[in-house]
Amino acid sequence: MAQPTLIDNDASESPARPELQHQDAFEQAIAALPDQPDWLIERRQKAWDAFQTLPLPSRKDEQWRFATLNRNVLNQIVPGNGVDAETADRLASRSSFIADHAGQYVFADNQLIDSTPLDPELAEKGVRFVNLETALRDHTDLIEPIFLQAQAELGSEKFVALHKALVTNGTFLFVPRGVEMSKPVVAVYWSSAASTAVFPHTLILAEDNTSVNLVDIFLSDNPEAAGFACSMANIHGGANSRVMRKVVQDWNENTFSFQNDLTIAERDSVVKNVAVNIGALKSRYENMCRIVGPGADVKMYSLTVGEKHQEFDQRTLQVHEAPHATSDLLYKNSLMDECRTIFSGLIVVDDEAQQTDAYQTNRNLLLDHTAEANSLPGLEIKANDVKCSHGATTARLEEEELFYLMARGIPERTAKRLLVFGFFEEIIEKVSNQELAEKIRDIVHHKFTRHQA
Amino acid sequence: MSNQLEIKHLNASIEGKAILNNLNLTLPQGEVHAIMGPNGTGKSTLAKVLAGHEDYEVDGGEVLMNGENILEMEPDEISRAGLFLAFQYPMEIAGVSIANFIRAALQARLDEGEELNATQYYKELYEKMDLLKIDRKFTSRSVNEGFSGGEKKRCEILQMSMLNPNYCIMDETDSGLDIDALRVVANGVNLMRGADRGFLVITHYQRLLEYIVPDVVHVMFNGSIVKTGGPELAKELEERGYGWLEAEAAVTA
Repeated sequence: MAQPTLIDNDASESPARPELQHQDAFEQAIAALPDQPDWLIERRQKAWDAFQTLPLPSRKDEQWRFATLNRNVLNQIVPGNGVDAETADRLASRSSFIADHAGQYVFADNQLIDSTPLDPELAEKGVRFVNLETALRDHTDLIEPIFLQAQAELGSEKFVALHKALVTNGTFLFVPRGVEMSKPVVAVYWSSAASTAVFPHTLILAEDNTSVNLVDIFLSDNPEAAGFACSMANIHGGANSRVMRKVVQDWNENTFSFQNDLTIAERDSVVKNVAVNIGALKSRYENMCRIVGPGADVKMYSLTVGEKHQEFDQRTLQVHEAPHATSDLLYKNSLMDECRTIFSGLIVVDDEAQQTDAYQTNRNLLLDHTAEANSLPGLEIKANDVKCSHGATTARLEEEELFYLMARGIPERTAKRLLVFGFFEEIIEKVSNQELAEKIRDIVHHKFTRHQA
Repeated sequence: MSNQLEIKHLNASIEGKAILNNLNLTLPQGEVHAIMGPNGTGKSTLAKVLAGHEDYEVDGGEVLMNGENILEMEPDEISRAGLFLAFQYPMEIAGVSIANFIRAALQARLDEGEELNATQYYKELYEKMDLLKIDRKFTSRSVNEGFSGGEKKRCEILQMSMLNPNYCIMDETDSGLDIDALRVVANGVNLMRGADRGFLVITHYQRLLEYIVPDVVHVMFNGSIVKTGGPELAKELEERGYGWLEAEAAVTA
């Protein structure tokens, strides 16, 4: 297979749009958000300067070991600048991913194209689920301390800086003290025009004693068009909050995807992340959790279905800064064809974080001999009274399990699929939303069906 | 086409080590045959060869199921053609529920484009689970995962009764069962007995055969059937043990 390029032949429709690295791109992004407070302009200017200065990472960097990063990854890409009305209608009608939600936003090429208002009952209780523009206008006080403040610590400083400088849309979810949501709110992000960049942004502020549930979905309009996505999610789980955030990355397989997520867990909070990784040609996913309050419980789950020449580069960091807390990470990958996965995970336990329980597991299921799974688990423990473990396994399908299924009359291909789906069930079961779990099963099954077709 | 499973001059080996040695046995539909013999004599190998396990090399002979040579078939084809192997050690399959597993097996028996009737399926599944005293909650549990020995064996019989095979090969189904579980399993098997079904019950102990009374008992030793008789042969083996076989084999040699 030829290496897909991000050079697009149809970009002529909007000649005025500057390329990603051009000063005009930044100025347009600044202009796109009206009435920005000074602090925000300063933050974005700083980010833009950093982006301009920082070199593109290379495989020689420890944090990019095993990764293959195209040197031209930023070239000839223009920031997404919305879609025409017809496209907006078409995409909005394709966005009913989860029917039973408490509110939804749909974006296409960084433009808000559709929304379903937040459940009035939640709105009444003070919950806010708004796009960035509204957040900046109406909730400046709430977001100023945290918006665009997260720092990349796993290698993607340049991409995080790019995101901060150019982000113009996304969602802000605020749940005030004591309020519980059961149904999730949903944000759907579409990438539409070829060779444009999208910058999905998620900001969750869960105050104390809340229950919070959000789902992000990343999709491509066109199955072939070259794409570039650079997202950020910042999740603040207040004391005794229950926060669930799920992200389904299903960009097309000509997309370069950079995801940077940061979760902060305060005292006694229970924060659960579930990531489903299906799409992109190259997907770099950095996921960091900081446990800042004692007794917090953080879960980080991920499932990945790799095929063809896809590369899934996953870097994780679990930082325990407070005692008596638990973190549990489970990343499961299945690999077909010539695809590659890289899992590099680190658990850091600070010296005051006694009685920490921290676990990290990466399981890779190799379905073809040509696929390659890399695993770099790590621990850095400064406290002396902790329980920590990390483990990585890379295995093929068990022949005896396959024989058992076939001995019941199930054809080999179906039997293999059952085993692979079974491998992922451990993650899907964690989703704890029946409708979404079923949807994820469909997406995973669909990818295998498509692959075998 | 004769309605029987005919094993003729079967020789099989694993990793170059010969296990089955000119084995001959005919199991007609409608009969229950037992194979008894000491450990390590090739009983489980026979079961796996019949089910088409690829680790075993067939060095000669043939196995005709209703006239069709199954040694050339894949495990799934053998199963769909009507042979069922109840495993001595059933595998644990993470993330695949019993309901989905049996459903996939039944679906594989339908023509392309034909869908299994789900209502009918669950009705039958629950009936048979009740019969085998398997809690209905098990349908959503992963196949054999965390099951006790008895639960695994009952789950094998459940699959067997759902798939309706012509020939059932039961590999040491009694191992690891307490007497209550043994009764439940034997009852499940006895209810399946009939003119259109043959059973090959492989066991080391006579005990199982008190509950599943065989028509014919074969004694296996060193990869061959060395003696065939009626149910009384099982009792004789129980009393005398297997030691005399060695002596007899030595004399014959």
